[in-house]
Amino acid sequence: MIQKTKHGLSQTNGSLIAMLEEIQAEDGYLSEEALRSVAERTGRSLVDVYGVATFYRSFSLKPRGRHLICACLGTACHVRGAPGIVEELERCLGVKAGETTSDGEFTLETVNCLGACALGPIIVVDGRYFSNVDQAGVKDIVAKLHAGSEQVKETLVS
Amino acid sequence: MKRLNSLDDLRALQAELAARGEPEVPTIVIPAGTCGQASGADEIVRVMRQAIESDSLEGKARLRVTGCHGFCQMEPSVLVEPEGTFYPRVTPETAARIVKAAARGEAAEDLLFVDPSTGLPIRYQNEIPFFSRQVRSILSRNEKIDPLSIESYIENDGYAPLLTVLEKKNPRWVVDEVKASGLRGRGGAGFSTGLKWEMLADQPNGTGRFLVCNADEGDPGAYMDRSVLEGNPHSIIEGMVIGARGTGSTQGIIYVRNEYPLAIKHLTSAVEQARELGLLGENILGTGLSFDIDLVHGAGAFVCGEETALIRSIEGKMGEPRQRPPFPIQKGIGGKPTAINNVETWANIPLIIGKGAPDFEKVGTKGSSGTKIFSLVGKIRNTGLVEVPMGITIEEIIYGIGGGPSGDAGIKAVQTGGPSGGCIPVERFDLPVDYDSLSEAGSIMGSGGMIVMDEKTCMVDVAKYFMNFLKDESCGKCYTCRKGTQRMHEILEDISGGKGTLEQLDLLEELSGVVKDTTMCGLGQTAPNPVLSTLRYFRDEYLEHIENRRCPAAVCKDLIVYSINDNCTGCRACVKACPQDAITGEKKSRHTIDGAKCIKCGACRSACRFEAVEVV
Repeated sequence: MIQKTKHGLSQTNGSLIAMLEEIQAEDGYLSEEALRSVAERTGRSLVDVYGVATFYRSFSLKPRGRHLICACLGTACHVRGAPGIVEELERCLGVKAGETTSDGEFTLETVNCLGACALGPIIVVDGRYFSNVDQAGVKDIVAKLHAGSEQVKETLVS
Repeated sequence: MKRLNSLDDLRALQAELAARGEPEVPTIVIPAGTCGQASGADEIVRVMRQAIESDSLEGKARLRVTGCHGFCQMEPSVLVEPEGTFYPRVTPETAARIVKAAARGEAAEDLLFVDPSTGLPIRYQNEIPFFSRQVRSILSRNEKIDPLSIESYIENDGYAPLLTVLEKKNPRWVVDEVKASGLRGRGGAGFSTGLKWEMLADQPNGTGRFLVCNADEGDPGAYMDRSVLEGNPHSIIEGMVIGARGTGSTQGIIYVRNEYPLAIKHLTSAVEQARELGLLGENILGTGLSFDIDLVHGAGAFVCGEETALIRSIEGKMGEPRQRPPFPIQKGIGGKPTAINNVETWANIPLIIGKGAPDFEKVGTKGSSGTKIFSLVGKIRNTGLVEVPMGITIEEIIYGIGGGPSGDAGIKAVQTGGPSGGCIPVERFDLPVDYDSLSEAGSIMGSGGMIVMDEKTCMVDVAKYFMNFLKDESCGKCYTCRKGTQRMHEILEDISGGKGTLEQLDLLEELSGVVKDTTMCGLGQTAPNPVLSTLRYFRDEYLEHIENRRCPAAVCKDLIVYSINDNCTGCRACVKACPQDAITGEKKSRHTIDGAKCIKCGACRSACRFEAVEVV
């Protein structure tokens, strides 16, 4: 994202990713309508915009749930059992990674590495980090999320 | 803050800050990078602030909140200056006691770090083996600097190297100095930084040149760059301004990954402060040097670590690499000459200018000078960031600094270089860590991830993990990378699933060669490394999977069976944990697992407190 384009960079090209990031931050995902409007505003073809939106992992073309649960699949988390954590999350939420629960509450995603490798396995719930998570911990976190996210915040520093 | 318009203005500010001096009271330093915060550092800061206020300790103790210090395993930790008392795993309950003890100039003896090998407490950070064996020229600065304050950076010798550079009449002096230091790119490939800068400076003058800081730390398991970005963002900015002076560049870009929100926050603040003070922008310090820095966010694509892909991403396109030549140094962003360096490379620049190339070159080996930060993670006792002189042995890092394995199982290998690197077996831990030795051993230095693997790590599973990662991250431009990594992943799935054949193993090796030789960018050319290095050193594990349908590390799900042994007390914890209702048995008597229902999720094993669940 170009925050202040001062020199040299073409405004329409350089800011495309930034525009998409902004829209996603606001709407939670990139709708077809949004992509069409970006194409119009930047003067780039829709296929170009769609290409960029699908190339990068952090963009979602599907609506996401109210809560975003993200499990780290970095190497350090992997050797400490992250695949089991993802499976447990999938079982607890009843969706596969990349999907959203039918009530629109939770989206489960995975990420390649969050760079907090000393604390693995890690999951992040709405921007809050949970470290050294085990399967029992996953059950606990999901149960508390169902009961309301306020309780999850309380458990963070424990 | 008043804008500085001349070199004298900066000298005056340095003098003013030095005269103000640090009040001579104990300072409690709290590392609060992303992992510190995730471990509860914010709460420690709150409790300590409260303790200072409520006990009227202002003037007797103060706090400094900084970036990461590196000993992640012990976080939240604190360090009390000036004497250097280290407290591991501070809790909100112990935090107030530490403040009171510090204010009295004492140590809270029972809260000190205890050396696991002697059982004795160690008070001072620099006597703890994890720290004492490192050479922390970059990381130690994180302890001194408040990353949100440019004044704090200047107080700690920040921007003094820039002053040195701007005092020199000949800008080429910078390039010569960096060349003489022997600094090689810390991103992994190890190209000479000075040489790269010389080539940039030699480009025909005209429409401007770009300097880029590659902060898209995409290697899973590596987070050195994050700690520098979060803890000392001005060192990057200063490095880039120095580079701009030497190479005649006009515009800088820091390409930082979106997954690092705290780094983005600190960088954004640092760039704004530097601009406000006149250290970025038009006519820096009245010297005629004009250079500014923009932040560009990555959007989660591993391939964007590759230079030409990164350039396309900065241009707002899909991050697909392109053929070289022309090299970015000739035609980069928007067709203009562009030099891309990694975060740690930039952080080294002010140090080189500060102490001089000859001093910098003294550390490390002949072909690999200076220090390198590694992220030591995985099955290791002391997880964290370690900064060591090049040429130190792997053994010294893993056993001397890392303290050996985290559990009962012995260490069998270390993986360096991320998905482009390879596994080095324990028999070769006497290897010195430098660019050339690691490459000779079939791995690479890479950006500095070191993932330690023990006897409970399956090397086929590790190779499968990396191949899965690479097939997902391949941009798809080259057929052999796109399809080759998919086929290699399928073969590895077959082997780990107990369906592999010896012919497939041959095919895997053949495919490795094809992918290596026929792809365009670094991602594809190095993609087979995790497979080739595990085949080279751990072929017997592959054969065990194929010939005996057995996973020696008991990891590959299709080849293992869960059972319950005599340790079982019948406490029913596993029964409650099992998502499949596969465990039966009366209370207080030994339970059994129904193999037909069991999905091998491991929930019972993590629930059991008596080590009664076995995997064979």
